[in-house]
Amino acid sequence: MRFDVTVEVHLRPGIADPEGSTVERALPTLGFDGVSHVRVGKLITFELEADSAEQADQQATDMCQRFLTNPVIEDARVAVAEAQPA
Amino acid sequence: MSTTIGVIQFPGTNCEQDVVEALREVDAEAVVVWHGDERLPSVDGVVLPGGFAHGDYLRPGAIARFSPIMSAVRSFADQGGSVLGICNGFQVLTESGLLPGALQKNAGLKFLCGPAELVVCSTKSVITAESTVGTSLRIPVNHFEGNYTCDAETLASLRAGDQIVLRYADNPNGSVDDIAGICNERGNVVGLMPHPERAAHALLGSRDGAALLRSFVGESSRVPSGV
Repeated sequence: MRFDVTVEVHLRPGIADPEGSTVERALPTLGFDGVSHVRVGKLITFELEADSAEQADQQATDMCQRFLTNPVIEDARVAVAEAQPA
Repeated sequence: MSTTIGVIQFPGTNCEQDVVEALREVDAEAVVVWHGDERLPSVDGVVLPGGFAHGDYLRPGAIARFSPIMSAVRSFADQGGSVLGICNGFQVLTESGLLPGALQKNAGLKFLCGPAELVVCSTKSVITAESTVGTSLRIPVNHFEGNYTCDAETLASLRAGDQIVLRYADNPNGSVDDIAGICNERGNVVGLMPHPERAAHALLGSRDGAALLRSFVGESSRVPSGV
Protein backbone atom coordinates (compact mmCIF):
# COMPACT_ATOMS: atom_id res chain seq x y z
CA MET A 1 0.00 0.00 0.00
CA ARG A 2 1.11 3.54 -0.68
CA PHE A 3 0.78 6.25 1.92
CA ASP A 4 1.07 10.00 1.81
CA VAL A 5 3.21 11.05 4.73
CA THR A 6 3.39 14.55 6.15
CA VAL A 7 6.04 15.45 8.70
CA GLU A 8 5.72 18.78 10.48
CA VAL A 9 8.95 19.88 12.14
CA HIS A 10 8.98 22.47 14.91
CA LEU A 11 11.52 23.65 17.43
CA ARG A 12 10.84 22.04 20.79
CA PRO A 13 9.05 24.06 23.46
CA GLY A 14 11.65 26.00 25.40
CA ILE A 15 14.02 26.25 22.41
CA ALA A 16 14.20 29.86 21.30
CA ASP A 17 12.54 30.44 17.93
CA PRO A 18 14.05 33.75 16.79
CA GLU A 19 12.45 33.37 13.35
CA GLY A 20 9.01 33.04 14.95
CA SER A 21 9.58 36.01 17.23
CA THR A 22 10.75 38.17 14.32
CA VAL A 23 7.64 37.33 12.29
CA GLU A 24 5.53 38.07 15.37
CA ARG A 25 7.15 41.49 15.77
CA ALA A 26 6.62 42.29 12.08
CA LEU A 27 2.90 41.46 11.85
CA PRO A 28 1.60 44.48 13.84
CA THR A 29 3.36 46.83 11.41
CA LEU A 30 0.84 45.61 8.78
CA GLY A 31 -2.02 46.17 11.19
CA PHE A 32 -2.37 42.53 12.32
CA ASP A 33 -2.68 43.02 16.05
CA GLY A 34 -3.32 40.35 18.64
CA VAL A 35 -0.99 37.74 17.09
CA SER A 36 1.07 35.75 19.57
CA HIS A 37 2.95 32.45 19.92
CA VAL A 38 4.22 32.48 16.33
CA ARG A 39 6.38 29.43 15.60
CA VAL A 40 8.17 28.84 12.31
CA GLY A 41 8.75 25.24 11.28
CA LYS A 42 9.04 23.20 8.13
CA LEU A 43 6.96 20.65 6.30
CA ILE A 44 8.35 17.49 4.72
CA THR A 45 6.04 15.38 2.54
CA PHE A 46 6.67 12.09 0.79
CA GLU A 47 5.03 8.89 -0.39
CA LEU A 48 5.86 5.65 1.36
CA GLU A 49 5.23 2.01 0.51
CA ALA A 50 4.22 0.03 3.62
CA ASP A 51 2.01 -2.89 4.69
CA SER A 52 -0.22 -0.82 6.95
CA ALA A 53 -0.79 2.72 8.15
CA GLU A 54 0.72 1.68 11.45
CA GLN A 55 3.91 0.48 9.79
CA ALA A 56 4.14 3.64 7.68
CA ASP A 57 3.74 5.75 10.81
CA GLN A 58 6.41 3.75 12.60
CA GLN A 59 8.88 4.11 9.73
CA ALA A 60 8.27 7.84 9.38
CA THR A 61 8.70 8.32 13.13
CA ASP A 62 11.98 6.40 12.96
CA MET A 63 13.14 8.62 10.06
CA CYS A 64 12.38 11.67 12.22
CA GLN A 65 14.38 10.32 15.15
CA ARG A 66 17.38 9.39 13.05
CA PHE A 67 17.52 12.00 10.32
CA LEU A 68 14.61 14.30 9.50
CA THR A 69 14.78 16.11 12.84
CA ASN A 70 17.45 16.79 15.41
CA PRO A 71 15.72 15.51 18.57
CA VAL A 72 17.92 17.77 20.71
CA ILE A 73 16.12 20.85 19.41
CA GLU A 74 13.21 19.72 17.23
CA ASP A 75 9.89 17.88 17.55
CA ALA A 76 7.98 16.25 14.71
CA ARG A 77 4.31 15.55 14.09
CA VAL A 78 3.76 12.69 11.66
CA ALA A 79 0.52 12.23 9.70
CA VAL A 80 -0.13 9.23 7.45
CA ALA A 81 -2.97 8.83 4.96
CA GLU A 82 -3.61 6.16 2.34
CA ALA A 83 -2.55 7.55 -1.03
CA GLN A 84 -5.47 8.21 -3.37
CA PRO A 85 -5.09 6.59 -6.80
CA ALA A 86 -4.10 9.21 -9.34
CA MET B 1 59.17 14.36 10.29
CA SER B 2 56.44 16.90 10.07
CA THR B 3 52.85 16.27 11.06
CA THR B 4 50.20 15.95 8.35
CA ILE B 5 46.63 17.10 8.85
CA GLY B 6 43.76 16.13 6.56
CA VAL B 7 41.30 18.97 5.91
CA ILE B 8 37.93 17.63 4.76
CA GLN B 9 36.17 19.40 1.91
CA PHE B 10 32.43 18.87 1.50
CA PRO B 11 30.51 20.50 -1.33
CA GLY B 12 29.85 23.95 0.17
CA THR B 13 32.85 24.00 2.51
CA ASN B 14 34.60 27.36 2.11
CA CYS B 15 37.28 27.63 4.81
CA GLU B 16 39.50 24.71 3.81
CA GLN B 17 42.24 26.84 2.20
CA ASP B 18 42.34 29.20 5.19
CA VAL B 19 42.80 26.18 7.45
CA VAL B 20 45.53 24.77 5.18
CA GLU B 21 47.40 28.12 5.27
CA ALA B 22 47.04 28.41 9.04
CA LEU B 23 48.29 24.85 9.58
CA ARG B 24 51.35 25.66 7.48
CA GLU B 25 51.90 28.73 9.68
CA VAL B 26 52.33 26.31 12.58
CA ASP B 27 54.70 24.10 10.57
CA ALA B 28 52.31 21.27 9.74
CA GLU B 29 51.69 19.69 6.37
CA ALA B 30 48.07 19.94 5.24
CA VAL B 31 46.16 18.03 2.58
CA VAL B 32 42.62 18.70 1.42
CA VAL B 33 40.54 15.48 1.42
CA TRP B 34 37.38 15.24 -0.69
CA HIS B 35 34.23 14.20 1.18
CA GLY B 36 33.47 11.50 -1.41
CA ASP B 37 36.66 9.58 -0.61
CA GLU B 38 36.06 6.48 1.47
CA ARG B 39 39.47 6.48 3.10
CA LEU B 40 41.66 9.05 4.76
CA PRO B 41 45.16 9.37 3.35
CA SER B 42 47.98 8.87 5.84
CA VAL B 43 47.26 11.74 8.25
CA ASP B 44 47.95 12.46 11.91
CA GLY B 45 44.86 14.59 12.49
CA VAL B 46 41.65 15.68 10.77
CA VAL B 47 40.01 19.11 10.53
CA LEU B 48 36.38 19.64 9.48
CA PRO B 49 36.49 23.29 8.36
CA GLY B 50 33.76 25.90 8.18
CA GLY B 51 31.33 26.67 5.40
CA PHE B 52 27.98 25.28 4.34
CA ALA B 53 28.48 21.54 3.82
CA HIS B 54 25.83 20.24 1.40
CA GLY B 55 24.25 23.69 1.40
CA ASP B 56 23.20 23.28 5.05
CA TYR B 57 20.15 21.47 3.62
CA LEU B 58 17.69 20.14 6.22
CA ARG B 59 19.95 21.43 9.05
CA PRO B 60 23.62 22.47 9.13
CA GLY B 61 25.69 19.28 9.22
CA ALA B 62 22.69 16.97 8.79
CA ILE B 63 23.63 15.67 5.32
CA ALA B 64 27.41 15.79 5.78
CA ARG B 65 27.35 12.89 8.17
CA PHE B 66 26.34 10.64 5.25
CA SER B 67 29.37 11.65 3.17
CA PRO B 68 31.56 8.58 2.54
CA ILE B 69 34.60 10.12 4.28
CA MET B 70 32.69 10.44 7.56
CA SER B 71 32.86 6.68 8.28
CA ALA B 72 36.64 6.96 8.05
CA VAL B 73 36.65 10.08 10.24
CA ARG B 74 34.50 8.28 12.81
CA SER B 75 36.82 5.28 13.04
CA PHE B 76 39.86 7.60 13.12
CA ALA B 77 38.27 9.36 16.11
CA ASP B 78 37.27 6.06 17.75
CA GLN B 79 40.91 4.98 17.60
CA GLY B 80 42.03 8.14 19.36
CA GLY B 81 42.92 10.26 16.31
CA SER B 82 42.65 14.04 16.77
CA VAL B 83 39.58 15.55 15.09
CA LEU B 84 38.78 19.26 15.10
CA GLY B 85 35.48 20.72 13.84
CA ILE B 86 35.43 24.46 13.25
CA CYS B 87 32.08 26.28 12.92
CA ASN B 88 30.18 24.22 10.31
CA GLY B 89 32.59 21.40 11.19
CA PHE B 90 31.35 21.62 14.80
CA GLN B 91 27.78 21.32 13.49
CA VAL B 92 28.81 18.26 11.45
CA LEU B 93 30.32 16.67 14.59
CA THR B 94 27.16 17.18 16.68
CA GLU B 95 24.89 15.94 13.87
CA SER B 96 27.15 12.88 13.47
CA GLY B 97 26.91 12.11 17.16
CA LEU B 98 30.67 12.51 17.62
CA LEU B 99 29.94 15.36 20.05
CA PRO B 100 26.81 15.83 22.20
CA GLY B 101 24.24 18.63 21.91
CA ALA B 102 23.24 20.80 18.96
CA LEU B 103 23.78 24.27 17.48
CA GLN B 104 20.63 26.34 17.08
CA LYS B 105 20.05 29.77 15.58
CA ASN B 106 21.72 32.65 17.39
CA ALA B 107 19.58 34.33 20.00
CA GLY B 108 18.43 37.59 18.40
CA LEU B 109 18.40 36.12 14.88
CA LYS B 110 21.59 37.97 13.97
CA PHE B 111 24.34 36.62 11.78
CA LEU B 112 27.47 37.28 13.84
CA CYS B 113 30.76 38.21 12.25
CA GLY B 114 33.49 39.73 14.38
CA PRO B 115 36.15 39.09 16.99
CA ALA B 116 35.12 37.26 20.17
CA GLU B 117 36.89 37.10 23.51
CA LEU B 118 37.25 33.52 24.67
CA VAL B 119 38.46 31.93 27.88
CA VAL B 120 40.22 28.57 28.01
CA CYS B 121 38.25 26.40 30.47
CA SER B 122 39.90 23.00 30.06
CA THR B 123 43.28 21.72 28.94
CA LYS B 124 41.90 18.25 28.37
CA SER B 125 41.27 18.83 24.65
CA VAL B 126 43.78 18.47 21.82
CA ILE B 127 43.48 22.21 21.00
CA THR B 128 44.12 23.42 24.54
CA ALA B 129 46.60 20.81 25.79
CA GLU B 130 49.41 23.39 25.54
CA SER B 131 47.36 26.21 27.08
CA THR B 132 46.40 27.01 30.66
CA VAL B 133 42.93 27.40 32.17
CA GLY B 134 41.94 31.07 32.34
CA THR B 135 43.93 32.14 29.27
CA SER B 136 42.09 34.80 27.21
CA LEU B 137 41.98 34.45 23.44
CA ARG B 138 40.71 36.80 20.76
CA ILE B 139 39.36 34.77 17.82
CA PRO B 140 36.68 35.72 15.24
CA VAL B 141 33.24 34.14 15.01
CA ASN B 142 31.22 34.01 11.80
CA HIS B 143 27.95 32.15 12.15
CA PHE B 144 24.17 32.17 12.21
CA GLU B 145 23.65 28.86 13.97
CA GLY B 146 26.21 28.92 16.76
CA ASN B 147 23.94 28.92 19.78
CA TYR B 148 25.06 25.74 21.55
CA THR B 149 22.34 23.86 23.38
CA CYS B 150 21.92 20.51 25.13
CA ASP B 151 19.71 19.01 27.83
CA ALA B 152 20.48 19.54 31.52
CA GLU B 153 21.87 16.04 31.90
CA THR B 154 24.33 16.49 29.02
CA LEU B 155 25.42 19.87 30.37
CA ALA B 156 26.07 18.34 33.79
CA SER B 157 28.15 15.58 32.24
CA LEU B 158 30.11 18.07 30.10
CA ARG B 159 30.93 20.03 33.25
CA ALA B 160 31.76 16.96 35.31
CA GLY B 161 33.94 15.56 32.54
CA ASP B 162 35.91 18.79 32.07
CA GLN B 163 34.67 18.83 28.45
CA ILE B 164 33.83 22.54 28.17
CA VAL B 165 36.95 23.69 26.33
CA LEU B 166 36.23 27.36 25.61
CA ARG B 167 33.67 29.86 26.88
CA TYR B 168 32.77 33.31 25.54
CA ALA B 169 33.76 36.14 27.88
CA ASP B 170 30.74 38.03 26.55
CA ASN B 171 28.21 35.54 25.16
CA PRO B 172 27.29 36.75 21.65
CA ASN B 173 24.81 34.05 20.54
CA GLY B 174 22.91 32.74 23.58
CA SER B 175 24.89 29.50 23.97
CA VAL B 176 24.08 27.62 27.16
CA ASP B 177 26.73 28.19 29.86
CA ASP B 178 28.56 30.57 27.44
CA ILE B 179 29.92 27.53 25.59
CA ALA B 180 32.10 28.29 22.56
CA GLY B 181 33.71 24.86 22.24
CA ILE B 182 33.50 21.37 23.72
CA CYS B 183 35.34 18.07 23.46
CA ASN B 184 34.42 14.41 23.85
CA GLU B 185 35.30 12.42 26.97
CA ARG B 186 38.76 11.50 25.69
CA GLY B 187 39.52 15.05 24.56
CA ASN B 188 40.56 13.95 21.05
CA VAL B 189 37.42 15.24 19.29
CA VAL B 190 36.84 18.98 19.62
CA GLY B 191 34.27 21.34 18.15
CA LEU B 192 34.21 25.12 18.39
CA MET B 193 32.29 27.92 16.67
CA PRO B 194 35.13 30.52 16.53
CA HIS B 195 37.61 30.29 13.65
CA PRO B 196 41.19 29.79 14.91
CA GLU B 197 42.47 29.82 11.31
CA ARG B 198 41.37 33.45 11.01
CA ALA B 199 43.56 34.40 13.97
CA ALA B 200 46.71 32.62 12.90
CA HIS B 201 48.88 35.48 11.66
CA ALA B 202 49.82 38.91 13.01
CA LEU B 203 48.43 40.43 9.80
CA LEU B 204 44.99 39.10 10.77
CA GLY B 205 45.03 41.05 14.03
CA SER B 206 45.54 38.09 16.36
CA ARG B 207 47.73 35.02 16.58
CA ASP B 208 45.67 33.43 19.36
CA GLY B 209 44.14 30.89 16.98
CA ALA B 210 47.59 29.71 15.93
CA ALA B 211 48.25 28.64 19.53
CA LEU B 212 45.18 26.35 19.42
CA LEU B 213 46.21 24.92 16.05
CA ARG B 214 49.79 24.41 17.23
CA SER B 215 48.49 22.43 20.18
CA PHE B 216 46.23 20.42 17.83
CA VAL B 217 49.17 19.62 15.55
CA GLY B 218 51.37 18.69 18.52
CA GLU B 219 48.75 16.36 19.98
CA SER B 220 48.03 14.86 16.53
CA SER B 221 51.70 13.93 16.14
CA ARG B 222 51.61 11.95 19.39
CA VAL B 223 49.20 9.41 17.91
CA PRO B 224 50.67 7.08 15.25
CA SER B 225 49.94 8.23 11.70
CA GLY B 226 46.71 6.96 10.17
CA VAL B 227 45.66 5.24 13.44
